[in-house]
Amino acid sequence: MSSVGLPHFLGVAAIVFTVGVFGIFAARKNIIAILMSIELMLLAVNINLVAFSTYWGQVTGQIFAMFVLTVAAAEAAVGLAILVTFFRNRGDIAVDDASVMKG
Amino acid sequence: MMDVLVQQLFFAGAEVWLAVMAMVLLVVGAFVGNRATAAISYASVLVLAAAVAFIIGLNGHPRVSLFGGAISTDALANFGRIMVFVTAALAIVLGDRWMKRVGLQKFEYPVLMLLAALGMSVMVSANSLISLYLGIEMQSLALYVLAAFSRDNPKSSEAGLKYFVLGALSSGLLLYGISLIYGFTGQVGFAEIANALPTSSKVGVVFGLVFMLAGLAFKVSAAPFHMWTPDVYEGAPTPVVAFFSSAPKLAAMILTARVLTEGFALATPEWQQVLIVIAVLSMIFGSFGGLVQGNIKRLLAYSSIANMGFALVGLAAGTAAGVQSVLIYMVIYMLTSLGLFAGLLVTARQGRPLESFEDFAGLAKVRPGLALVMTLLLFSAAGIPPLAGFWGKFFVFKAALDAGLVWLAVIGVVLSVIAAFYYLKLIKVMWFDEGDRPVDGIAWDAGLVALAMALFVGPISWFVLPVLEPWALRAAAILF
Repeated sequence: MSSVGLPHFLGVAAIVFTVGVFGIFAARKNIIAILMSIELMLLAVNINLVAFSTYWGQVTGQIFAMFVLTVAAAEAAVGLAILVTFFRNRGDIAVDDASVMKG
Repeated sequence: MMDVLVQQLFFAGAEVWLAVMAMVLLVVGAFVGNRATAAISYASVLVLAAAVAFIIGLNGHPRVSLFGGAISTDALANFGRIMVFVTAALAIVLGDRWMKRVGLQKFEYPVLMLLAALGMSVMVSANSLISLYLGIEMQSLALYVLAAFSRDNPKSSEAGLKYFVLGALSSGLLLYGISLIYGFTGQVGFAEIANALPTSSKVGVVFGLVFMLAGLAFKVSAAPFHMWTPDVYEGAPTPVVAFFSSAPKLAAMILTARVLTEGFALATPEWQQVLIVIAVLSMIFGSFGGLVQGNIKRLLAYSSIANMGFALVGLAAGTAAGVQSVLIYMVIYMLTSLGLFAGLLVTARQGRPLESFEDFAGLAKVRPGLALVMTLLLFSAAGIPPLAGFWGKFFVFKAALDAGLVWLAVIGVVLSVIAAFYYLKLIKVMWFDEGDRPVDGIAWDAGLVALAMALFVGPISWFVLPVLEPWALRAAAILF
């Protein structure tokens, strides 16, 4: 039984990131789920950054992770605000019907 | 210790000034309310003008690295910041008057523009992956809100939402790439990454680099990451779109040039391939996609996709002349596009903006001046000599030829001829189609901007280009 090392962390991060990317395309019914998927992607990146930071014995990656967390919070705030205006205009939050414009 | 801090803050003066003034104006707006909108708009323009004056004062100063190598002030950063601030100021003026006419005047508009300009200013001077990410996010978060600015309009909020979701996805890709690059080199500074590259795992770094390029391609709306562009351009308020199509593209282009040439000079063959693919796809999607559009704003969206493809041809050359050509191209494109969008704002029919081909039918009979200005801008965008747009394309294709990318330049020339079709179609509709329905009065603010840009792409550019060319070369030479 080998110990948990860098590849394991990278593997977990890659899986979580993929779940996030697929979530964005799969969650057609609910934009809240898309916001959660975005959060998953950013957190997967944080796992990467912290794991690499430990691997190199530096603090840079952890500082970067702090910045990412802060930006993710700001991003969620902006996203929810836009979502509220979208809901007020249309009365639902399904992207399926988000097609006033084609494309 | 204290002296060093003061000195560093001085060289980052433009950014510090913008950040402080954006917050001051936000607080003023929060207390006084929307009555202060006009005052805050003019104050923002003055703030940007002061920042430009400060940077011109710094011009010629050798490169200074600030805050542990996070950002630097150099000729390239100064070039980018001056262009970004000037464009932002024009967009604030355009937007303020337009929003007053449509009853959308809110003090957040100039403040958000200042914050977006601040983000772009960090982007063009970023020297490490952390400041690169923070600059992009600062810019993007302000732009998402601006896209949804007309919040009672379903199209605008849908544009904001689409821009936000796809923008967040691209930020995620960019960030994942950055984490891999950091992981495989152990560094975040561009210069340090360049030093660490020979001893790093090539596969890992290139893998990260591809992710990062995908994120950056999204930010400049290059194919195959362009899906958001037509919808956002159609839905967002027109002055905001005028801004979208100009400054953010230039900032992201400078950022891409800097990170690729300073950080990854050793991996040039790898990123060159990726850029060539992105450039060819953008030119194809932009040129052919625009042919079937009926809405002018969507048409200009495809035009901007194609233009990003042409600019990336210069970047793919991977030489100082290539970066120089990109800078020249982007400045000309930026001003042309600003002029075209300003032209859309000049007039309306019973308050409804002119947005489709039918709206423009026979415009030359009722508003010959406007039709003439638009025609000049469209000819320049199509790349007809001797207008400025031709010289932009000339420099880009010449750089590609000198770098040995002959077939890429040939594809570019062929596709630029195809793209010329939709510009000429609009000209034909304005001058030769039937229809002399009356239009509303002229909005002079937008009219003057459009006229100034039309004069720029015409006679003024012959005097500006000899100045712009060495200036862009000085800026590009920083990277090599």
